[in-house]
Amino acid sequence: MAEKTYLQAISDSLRQEMRRDQRVFVLGEDVGVYGGAFKVTQGFQEEFGASRVLDMPLSETAIVAGATGAALMGMRPVAEMQFADFVSCAWDHLVTIAAKQHYRTGTPIPIVLRLPSGGGFSGGPFHSQNPESSFAHIAGLKVVCPSTPEDAKGLLATAIEDPNPVLFFEHKHLYRRIRGEVPDERYTTPFGQARVHREGDDITVITWGAMVYTADEAAGKLAEEDVSVEVLDLRTLVPWDRDAVLASVERCSKVLVLHEDTKTGGFGGEIAATIAEQAFEHLDAPVRRLAAPDSPVPFAPSLEKAFIPQVDDVAAALRELAAY
Amino acid sequence: MAVREAEPVETLQQVKEAGLDREDLLGMYRNMLVTRAIEERGHILYKQGKIPGSFYTGRGNEGSAVAVATAMGPNDVGTPLQRDMGVHITRGVEPWRVFAQYMGRVDGPTKGRDGNVHMGDARLGLHTMVSHLPAMLPVAVGMSLAFKIRDEKRVAVAWCGEGASARGDAHEGMNLAGVRRLPVVFVIDNNQWAYSTPSHLEYAVDHLADRAAGYGFDGVVVDGTDVLAVYREAKRAIEKAREGGGPTLIESVTLRMEGHAVHDDAFYVPKELFEEWARRDPIERFRSWLRDNAELTDDEEDEITSGVKRLLNESIQRAEDSPIPDPATVTDGVFAAPDELETPHHR
Repeated sequence: MAEKTYLQAISDSLRQEMRRDQRVFVLGEDVGVYGGAFKVTQGFQEEFGASRVLDMPLSETAIVAGATGAALMGMRPVAEMQFADFVSCAWDHLVTIAAKQHYRTGTPIPIVLRLPSGGGFSGGPFHSQNPESSFAHIAGLKVVCPSTPEDAKGLLATAIEDPNPVLFFEHKHLYRRIRGEVPDERYTTPFGQARVHREGDDITVITWGAMVYTADEAAGKLAEEDVSVEVLDLRTLVPWDRDAVLASVERCSKVLVLHEDTKTGGFGGEIAATIAEQAFEHLDAPVRRLAAPDSPVPFAPSLEKAFIPQVDDVAAALRELAAY
Repeated sequence: MAVREAEPVETLQQVKEAGLDREDLLGMYRNMLVTRAIEERGHILYKQGKIPGSFYTGRGNEGSAVAVATAMGPNDVGTPLQRDMGVHITRGVEPWRVFAQYMGRVDGPTKGRDGNVHMGDARLGLHTMVSHLPAMLPVAVGMSLAFKIRDEKRVAVAWCGEGASARGDAHEGMNLAGVRRLPVVFVIDNNQWAYSTPSHLEYAVDHLADRAAGYGFDGVVVDGTDVLAVYREAKRAIEKAREGGGPTLIESVTLRMEGHAVHDDAFYVPKELFEEWARRDPIERFRSWLRDNAELTDDEEDEITSGVKRLLNESIQRAEDSPIPDPATVTDGVFAAPDELETPHHR
């Protein structure tokens, strides 16, 4: 057990998987000599050689399609998109081929796409997005959004073992900001099991990724006002832990669904609808959603702050729910 | 720079030098007949309402498809497209399973999950195409990447049409293959028409094989109706890739002798063009070559022809006996289970 950053935990996990399984290799832009734009694969090429740590041409399509082909031949590719935003260039190969091949022909596509996502540092419209809901809508893809170093390590190991295409969203704003105790030995963290980040009784916040910390801070403020807020970290969106969400709603009776992605068509809508369908009788207030407004991610700090839900925004929403 | 234009194959001696004996030749001829018969009979079944959806044929491309597949080794892999039924037949997909696929039955390679030529049997090294063409091309490049990483002497063959060659994934796949000198062979089935769009509205170079130079590997143009010439070029390219010589781009020129799919009467193709290419029908051309150069007898021809007919009749019957998919299974197989990874096609 040692304290690690979120980024170090991801790097350690990937290294551990590559040491134990020769079939695992990484491919992406600048992942080799440079060690990746965020340095997740720093030192990998020295340890594993250039044939398992592949610097690819600036070709997201060829990276995802190449990973798919290699997976069909029995490899376990871990592909890095330099930024999650760039996965749009590889949409076809992810959505048209990788997601549907097993359903159509019975051939598993065990690929992992590492997707540095999220904003908070003036990355602008093309280096800050959280496109998880677009992929959660596609049958055949799994979607993972860890928030803690311990989960990041365990979920990445699970993703690499999984026989399906897995999108692994790494929130960039957590990379070096968030530290935590991480076991040294290898372990896997199961998909589809939410984690209670903070226990509470009055209101539950359903969230994931960097918003877990925003929610936690807001919950701390509400605690000073004698409102007990639970923060439930979904950890994975496909599959997502309906049972844990419904149990928490049943206990707290009021719910805030929070995400950094934009509101319309965001995954929060699916959660809110499920609560309305299956836990209506337990609700003491309408389900509240808090998300980014329906716009591209803006560049200027003042605008970006207005775009990404802030602690005060969450606290205000929680106060409204408490007063309902 | 002009690319090499392949010479026709003239004599049995040249064929033997290319690695084929007389039995192989008769096998190729038979596979071409089976390929055409499947599509002709499928067309009738489609008109009878026994095949749902749409129906695509590769008439005119039987020779090229059979030739390339014949040149592949047993552990090689490929991603054939909708004009390449001959590849499936040559690799050993049984015709009754093709009809089951057409009819959406459980014994088709996709078990009714997908239709028409969207099929592949991974155990035979064939991986299923998608409608987005040529999206499987960079996937085949990825297969060859796995072979290169593991230092295996295997080759991937990626098919592409001349229309689909306009897309970006063809470029990304070929560029990566060139950069890494991967063991992959690109076959562009240039049948001159992308649905209703003629070649001059699809590309501006003289030959699509000219593009190979831009990716740092060789290109060759071959007459796709000359089955033996296609075989020789494919064999050269595949063995070169196997020995570490990198990719080759083979442009196989034919004419799409029917519409894009059977609903399309191809009114936009000049009649004279059809007449010209009908005289170069790959099956008829090979048949007369076999008679002139390999002593194909009337008896042998009758035996092959009647054998194909019998096979097709049995196949259609067997496919019609195949169960219709159970509606309760509609979501089965969206995700793979872990134990599915330890299968022969992941070798």
